[in-house]
Amino acid sequence: MSDSLPAPAQAALQAFADQPGWEQRARLLMQWGERLEPLDVAERDERHRVRGCESAVWLVAQRRGAGWQFRAASEARLLRGLLALLLARVDGLPAAELASLDLADWFARLGLSRQLSPSRSNGLNAVLARMRALIAEDGRATDGSPGAGPSENAPPGA
Amino acid sequence: MTLSSPWRTDFPALAALDAQGQTYLDNAATAQKPRAVLKALSAYYLNGAANVHRAQHLPADRATRAFEATRLGVARAFGAASPAQIVFTRGATEAFNLLAYGLERHVGAGDEIVVSALEHHANLLPWQQLAKRRGAQLVVLPLDDRGDIDLAAAAQRIGPRTRVLAVSQLSNVLGRWQPVAELAALARRQGAFSVVDGAQGAVHGRHDLAALGCDFYAFSSHKLFGPEGVGVLYGRETALAALAPWQFGGEMVREADYQDALFHDAPMGFEAGTPPVAGVIGLGAALDYLNGLDALALADHEAALHAALLTGLAGRDGIRLLGEPHTALACFRVDGVHHADLAHLLGEQGIAIRAGSHCAMPLYRRLGLDGAIRVSLAPYTDGDDLQRFFQALDRALELLR
Repeated sequence: MSDSLPAPAQAALQAFADQPGWEQRARLLMQWGERLEPLDVAERDERHRVRGCESAVWLVAQRRGAGWQFRAASEARLLRGLLALLLARVDGLPAAELASLDLADWFARLGLSRQLSPSRSNGLNAVLARMRALIAEDGRATDGSPGAGPSENAPPGA
Repeated sequence: MTLSSPWRTDFPALAALDAQGQTYLDNAATAQKPRAVLKALSAYYLNGAANVHRAQHLPADRATRAFEATRLGVARAFGAASPAQIVFTRGATEAFNLLAYGLERHVGAGDEIVVSALEHHANLLPWQQLAKRRGAQLVVLPLDDRGDIDLAAAAQRIGPRTRVLAVSQLSNVLGRWQPVAELAALARRQGAFSVVDGAQGAVHGRHDLAALGCDFYAFSSHKLFGPEGVGVLYGRETALAALAPWQFGGEMVREADYQDALFHDAPMGFEAGTPPVAGVIGLGAALDYLNGLDALALADHEAALHAALLTGLAGRDGIRLLGEPHTALACFRVDGVHHADLAHLLGEQGIAIRAGSHCAMPLYRRLGLDGAIRVSLAPYTDGDDLQRFFQALDRALELLR
């Protein structure tokens, strides 16, 4: 199924698949984290803060045609790497595909399944939940008006 | 390090964790169980489970005796004059919630509930919410530079409007013994109820609660080497008599009709529904096990381990300890390194520690920190555990810096 992966995801899979040791994986994660497109200071605000993460995480989502573009930031370096791997997989996907995507499987293929386990408080699960909530919310807001312009995320109840 | 623990083999899970490559240093969250507890649990189930207090058959009689033997054991271990002063709950958290509801009628609008700045959420949020329900004020006692509740400030703030004082005996973040006897005396002078959170303190010392002078004291079984799902609430007799029942159902009722009911006094009146019978019996076995240990040797071992932990941390560049812990644990941060990154890499190396704000978010906010790493010790911890931790710490920091 790797043939249907976006190009950045293909690259991630290639890079991580051959890393047997935790040290190599950690180094690679930190390298990937450095590639995250930085957020403006103004974007690192409460509006974009993802609740439920031990370390601060910000998620900015923008609709781009039928798909979504995400940008994310964190204070923790390894989490930045995990976010980069997440974005590599989901960026540009149509909403329907994103909602049904098996992300546990994605991280398992990268050899990082432990990072997604329910007991972990690193926030990856919270980021996924937030992405899905934003898309669901946007789906409701723009119901019956396809092709609505780009919308930016706001936390529920904001 | 040659710190070996003569008690390690009493805890079968330690060998299992060793085999899994896991070094367990999260004992302040939950402790492993001695074989005696596992045996008591399986004996109860293998010989016939039964509900307590309400049947005439033999299994119920046996279960009730074992259950009540734990109550007596707890009373003896903590200096209570009578087993009727020991109420079983589902955990320390439930004990504080019981108190916050049971004491509600004693708190009115404009009254004050006093807590300290270092409280665990379990001994903060029930009081915060009680204050909200009653229009009362939550007063927060400040800490001094070492991380102790400031007694001089406390003497000022515990006043005639104070109805309840709720403080922790041993901080789960700062690892320091708090002056709870002095604080309880301040509360008593103002006619306020005093509540002590012994969740950490009960594990690291023997306490005579009558001498401590508090009205209530609560702890959890699972940190004291017993099963999860059991808590203990100790109360002075007059303080227990001031509590209103909070959960209603079987067991706690004396007389029931459709429109009205009469309830038992403590302890039964606060144990609605089927209690965690096996868990309570398991806690009894844990206490028996602890009573059989050489208390002096245990204290020496814990002190030596703690000293080794602090020395190892102090010997590494850029490590900042939170406060000056007396015992059992150390929380620390590393300059230029996010605690989540360090926790991630320690986890990769099989080191079970805790990162984050340790259920004390307001305390961390007050310290101006977003979290830390906590290493916490137990009698079965040994020098090899610490050595593995320090090796892993060094490798993690090498990668991160």
